[in-house]
Amino acid sequence: MATVADDHHDHHDHHPTGLIRWITTTNHKDIGTLYLLFSFAMFLVGGAMAMVIRAELFQPGLQIVDPHFFNQMTTVHALVMVFGAVMPGMVGFANWMIPIMIGAPDMALPRLNNWSFWILPFAATLLLSSFLTAGGGPAAGWTLYAPLTIQGGMGVDLTIFAVHMLGISSVLGAINVIVTIFNMRAPGMDFMKMPLFVWTWLITAFLLIAVMPVFAGAVTMLLTDRHFGTAFFNPAGGGDPVLFQHIFWFFGHPEVYIMILPAFGIISAIIPTFSRKPLFGYTSMVLAVAGIAFLSFIVWAHHMFTVGMPLIGEVYFMYATMLIAVPTGVKVFNWVATMWRGSLTFETPMLFAIGVVVLFTIGGLSGLMLGITPADFQYHDTYFVVAHFHYVLFSGSVMAMMGGVYYWLPKWTGHMYDEKLGKLHFWLTTIFFNITFFPQHFLGLAGMPRRIPDYALQFTEFNVISSLGAFGLGVSQLLMAYIVYKCVKGGEKATDEVWDNPEGLEWTLPSPAPYHTFETPPVIK
Amino acid sequence: MSHAPGSYYLPNPSAWPIVGSIGLFTLLLGFVLFLHDGGTGPWLMVFGAAVTVFMLFGWFGTVARESESGLYNTEVGVSYRISMMWFIFSEVMFFGGFFGALLYIRQLSVPWLADTDLLWPGFTGGWPTAGPEGAVPIGPDTPISNPGQFSTIGAWGLPFWNTLILLTSSVTCTIAHHALKEDKRMKLIIWLAITVALGFIFLVLQGAEYMHAYQDLGLTLGTGVYGSTFFMLTGFHGAHVTIGAIVLLVILVRVLRGHFTPENHFAFEAGAWYWHFVDTVWVGLFIFVYIL
Repeated sequence: MATVADDHHDHHDHHPTGLIRWITTTNHKDIGTLYLLFSFAMFLVGGAMAMVIRAELFQPGLQIVDPHFFNQMTTVHALVMVFGAVMPGMVGFANWMIPIMIGAPDMALPRLNNWSFWILPFAATLLLSSFLTAGGGPAAGWTLYAPLTIQGGMGVDLTIFAVHMLGISSVLGAINVIVTIFNMRAPGMDFMKMPLFVWTWLITAFLLIAVMPVFAGAVTMLLTDRHFGTAFFNPAGGGDPVLFQHIFWFFGHPEVYIMILPAFGIISAIIPTFSRKPLFGYTSMVLAVAGIAFLSFIVWAHHMFTVGMPLIGEVYFMYATMLIAVPTGVKVFNWVATMWRGSLTFETPMLFAIGVVVLFTIGGLSGLMLGITPADFQYHDTYFVVAHFHYVLFSGSVMAMMGGVYYWLPKWTGHMYDEKLGKLHFWLTTIFFNITFFPQHFLGLAGMPRRIPDYALQFTEFNVISSLGAFGLGVSQLLMAYIVYKCVKGGEKATDEVWDNPEGLEWTLPSPAPYHTFETPPVIK
Repeated sequence: MSHAPGSYYLPNPSAWPIVGSIGLFTLLLGFVLFLHDGGTGPWLMVFGAAVTVFMLFGWFGTVARESESGLYNTEVGVSYRISMMWFIFSEVMFFGGFFGALLYIRQLSVPWLADTDLLWPGFTGGWPTAGPEGAVPIGPDTPISNPGQFSTIGAWGLPFWNTLILLTSSVTCTIAHHALKEDKRMKLIIWLAITVALGFIFLVLQGAEYMHAYQDLGLTLGTGVYGSTFFMLTGFHGAHVTIGAIVLLVILVRVLRGHFTPENHFAFEAGAWYWHFVDTVWVGLFIFVYIL
């Protein structure tokens, strides 16, 4: 049936080829691929900056870069990873999988979909071109706090406009996801029958539309404070720099869930397949995601405990933050319960999924520690924070994406990836990740401040370990590029089901999935 | 791609998105250079803006042609409607950020600044304020006598009439919508034209108000945090009214060309929703910026 469908389209389509195909494409699979490739490229760019950071921190003292450049590295590393690697990567998965998972012929608004992607390379160019300007790139941290960003040079303006473009891309992409899920489901694909990945993306898209415009407003206020004489963040004119922090984190906290919720969705697809059991507690999973999303709007000031808030604010934001542990705990419990008494096998995607469950939980627990106001006064702006968010972001979002790539790669390419190399990639990543970031907990608890290129002598050993781990972690990722390249080029032919009787519409399609799928809606039982 | 009648319309590959990206990129890069006195900045901005406008005409023109040639089934219409609703929601959140900033400044940070005597002894806070180092506020609508003062715009003069104009335009817009649904073209054209005219009258009056503020009242974007919030909120609202009025004008042109049917007129609905949205934001502005 698949070949028939293929031939049919070859006759009717007049698709441009080569570069023009990729620039003008309106096909969700093409656009998904573009997103994923862009994400990986940015992952390497951001990773290279991390290497600079860790090289400088390999020894106490200033060796390799000057402090201003070090600050640019920490700032742009974070911006590139958040807005260039993780978010577009997740959108890549959404593009590829959501239409297939709900039995739709494509995304609801294909041209807009193309624009959502093609804004990104231009936004990245704006951001990275800041390094070429006098004064260099932004150096105030990815949070772009005023008043430091009021002072920077041209690089800050380029960053502000890059953020505007990224915001447009995210909002348009999120609208597309929501419309697709609301309006393009195959008959019988009820909301409570949708794969959890689709649910997580529906809620993520809602978060994106709700907070990206607020962030755009915040950087717009920065811009006018810098150039047009406004006083939003200037106390001499009646403003308040803390206002920027409030607006930023009203965006920033939902933003971290924007990066993790789709990862939860990917994990919830992988674990049942390799446990050979349906996902445990589907309804509670959906409710937990919705609960996390709701809570994300009312906890933002836990990033600002030391800024000088009234006591009532500190206490409220502490307890509200603690609440997040409940729905998150539900999810972790459900993943473990899914594996409970399943007939488990440990292919690469499953290894990554289990790695995420374990390591993300560590990050979640250190998050709880940070959420306790009095304790946070000790941890704030130390390496403990750095360790925490890398455990949730790298071993949460990024490793979930890696697992997702291995899980769906045979469906995308029609070939099996090299299982041995895949497992090697997992073990190298996991081990080096822990070598890199676990010691940072100790450094932070002992008081090493983050975003500083030098440190006191007693922090040397753990920093050496961390840097060695980071170099290993960086090099290991080149292996993934090779594995994917090899898989695209050839390899063992993948079956339609790929895995052992997995659930989901994507496995009813041939491998590789034809260019157009589900033009006639599938029948949902 | 191949298109079976009655199925969901999936467009062919399109160059408009990349044109839009190039336009936006050039516009913003030009803006940065302009802010830093780069001589090419303004030229890049003009070029980028032109490319962006070209993209908007081309892209929306394509959509209008596809719509008029009957390629869109009901489901496509539903997709457009849902997406417009969420787009407006994103705009609501954009304004929400600025309203939130106003609330925070008035209710929390200005009182805190006045409570501490360390930095600026003698600063008493209150609203309006341009901060401890800014100009001193004198009563509303009072022309200033020296540069150290500023005055605010009272709610019950021009802003009140502007409120009536926008609220009336929302009503006329709805009348036009009903006329479209009843297929009464002449009535539709008249009421839609009135709506567009009211929109532009609002903008002219708003411009006059800004002139008055800058020339007589000493109220500018740089008048401390009052000037910042006042001009950013009303300014972004004005920008949105401009967009909405242009959208309705384009819709009017399409109506004159015989576009839209009583059943199929998504573009009209989207424009009307957007118009009601900017009117609602104005009501919020009138209450929180002008009256209170």
